[in-house]
Amino acid sequence: MAEQANVIFRRPQSLSENVTHYCPGCTHGIIHRLVAESLDELGVRERAVGVAPVGCSVLIYNYFNVDFLEAPHGRAPALATGFKRMRPDMIVFTYQGDGDLASIGMGEIVHAANRGEKFTTIFVNNAIYGMTGGQMAPTTMPGQKTTTSPFGRDTSLAGYPIRMSELLSALVTPAYIVRTAVHTPMHVINAKKHIKKAFRLQKENKCFSLVEVLSTCPTNWGMPPHEATGWVASTMQPYYPLGVFKDPEKGVG
Amino acid sequence: MAKKLMKGNEAIGEAAIAAGAPHYFAYPITPQSEVAEYLCWRIPEVGGVFVQAESEVAVGNMLFGAAATGMRVFTTSSSPGISLMQEAISYMAGAQLPVVLVNIMRGGPGLGGILPAQSDYNQAVKGGGHGDYKTIVLAPASVQEAVDLMILGFDLADKYRNPVMLIGDGMIGQMMESVEFPEKYRDPVSPEGKDWALTGAKGRKARITKSLFLDPEKLEINSIELDRKYKRVEAEEIRFEKYKVSNKNKILIVAYGSMARICQTVIDELEEEGISVGLFRPITLYPFPGQAIHIEAVKANIKTVLVVEMSMGQMIEDVDRYLKGKKPIEFYGRTGGIVPSPNEVKDKIRTILKSKKAESK
Repeated sequence: MAEQANVIFRRPQSLSENVTHYCPGCTHGIIHRLVAESLDELGVRERAVGVAPVGCSVLIYNYFNVDFLEAPHGRAPALATGFKRMRPDMIVFTYQGDGDLASIGMGEIVHAANRGEKFTTIFVNNAIYGMTGGQMAPTTMPGQKTTTSPFGRDTSLAGYPIRMSELLSALVTPAYIVRTAVHTPMHVINAKKHIKKAFRLQKENKCFSLVEVLSTCPTNWGMPPHEATGWVASTMQPYYPLGVFKDPEKGVG
Repeated sequence: MAKKLMKGNEAIGEAAIAAGAPHYFAYPITPQSEVAEYLCWRIPEVGGVFVQAESEVAVGNMLFGAAATGMRVFTTSSSPGISLMQEAISYMAGAQLPVVLVNIMRGGPGLGGILPAQSDYNQAVKGGGHGDYKTIVLAPASVQEAVDLMILGFDLADKYRNPVMLIGDGMIGQMMESVEFPEKYRDPVSPEGKDWALTGAKGRKARITKSLFLDPEKLEINSIELDRKYKRVEAEEIRFEKYKVSNKNKILIVAYGSMARICQTVIDELEEEGISVGLFRPITLYPFPGQAIHIEAVKANIKTVLVVEMSMGQMIEDVDRYLKGKKPIEFYGRTGGIVPSPNEVKDKIRTILKSKKAESK
């Protein structure tokens, strides 16, 4: 047998070998990988601890090879605060969906960001509640049909989708806040840069960091995966512009 | 160590430092805000963690995260704040994490009042949050005992990997008494040797601290495991004190916390009138010393067991559960922040004895 060529691509050490339970076309898997690659490349896997949300990614700990805590719905930033204050030498991150972070956990994320807690939040925004079966979220698009807004989100009663990155950027406390997407390879590569930077800033004990990632939910959006990625571009992106909202290194925000 | 004159709330904070737990998360609420006001400068002196959170919901969950490190952490609050922490308490019990929570109780329900009460007994003892779980509940009757039970509380929380709640009424928090701390303070407790603490997956498999078990078989196993632990707690950790309990007692008072102390005065004064009354004071409210109460209550001379509480009657249900109808039970309580005076309790006892006399005629 010929000698193996150099390895050019492998599973990040920070990922476990378990197969995810995510639906076809869901981008959680991609985002997991970007987080894992970042932990690997920064050499922090062995001192990392993740905080799992409630939602589709509650089982995230099955897919990672790092210590994990499982939070009540929305409270991951409070758990991360408690952990990081006790262990400032460790790398702490929360991984939260939009129902978790922008609805039930609004208070916890705003105050953690405002205190400038030195952890990283990966905020996966797919404009809907996934695990509970496709209900309206605070991030659901105007007119978007969900199981609790079957005629489309009525902004006169439910208000407009909350732009979390913009909202958090209004805080005076320095932070790294950025919105990315993963619906094309180009966006994936770009998202990776920001996720890695968010963790680097934490490693350097600089500031709170949050990377919002526009994500897909083909199952609950009621469309095939290729249409779902298109919907991110056509419908979500115009309302949720991508970009860096706050960056202490560049004097943004 | 020399005795110090100290307010209960401040002594509770100092006791945690003595117990190797200088890590405190809290939100202000009367009548216990002095704990945070004391610890905000005292903790930095010993190199611990002090965080003023945005809400009690956040406090509970910060403790959840902090406890997962394997170090000793705690909070103090009062009734409405403790209600908001029930979410995290249930999760911490489910995930088997040690934590100490202090409830300096005020009158309820709702916003209630800010004066002393004991109306959170059921919440503390019966679980409070959702699911099959228990918190170990300790009830001090003096500032010194609050200090001692804080230190014990951290040991019990660690030993059983379970939330421990210390409940004192507003009087315990507000009153100043002389108090003595241990000669030697413990070093802050480290995660070392705790195979459940999250310390990073270095040279070992990743650890997960969780309370979710989607497989019903596994969730049942978790609940059975918790139940086994509680059975051990019930077998090994019951604590109580008896005051002037003898075969001559006509009445056995059951009371805890500040109320028990007031009842000691009642007993002393009635003794001078030739009326023999004994006091049984549970120190652990869970595990409840029901068997020990039963042993005293069934003694021949005891006419009635009188439960005295600063509530509309909550602990009485536990006393009743253990007496199984073997002796009559009476209740005296004031609530809303009103503390019964010794005279009120004495009158109640005289009335009971008068009616017993009438019955026997």
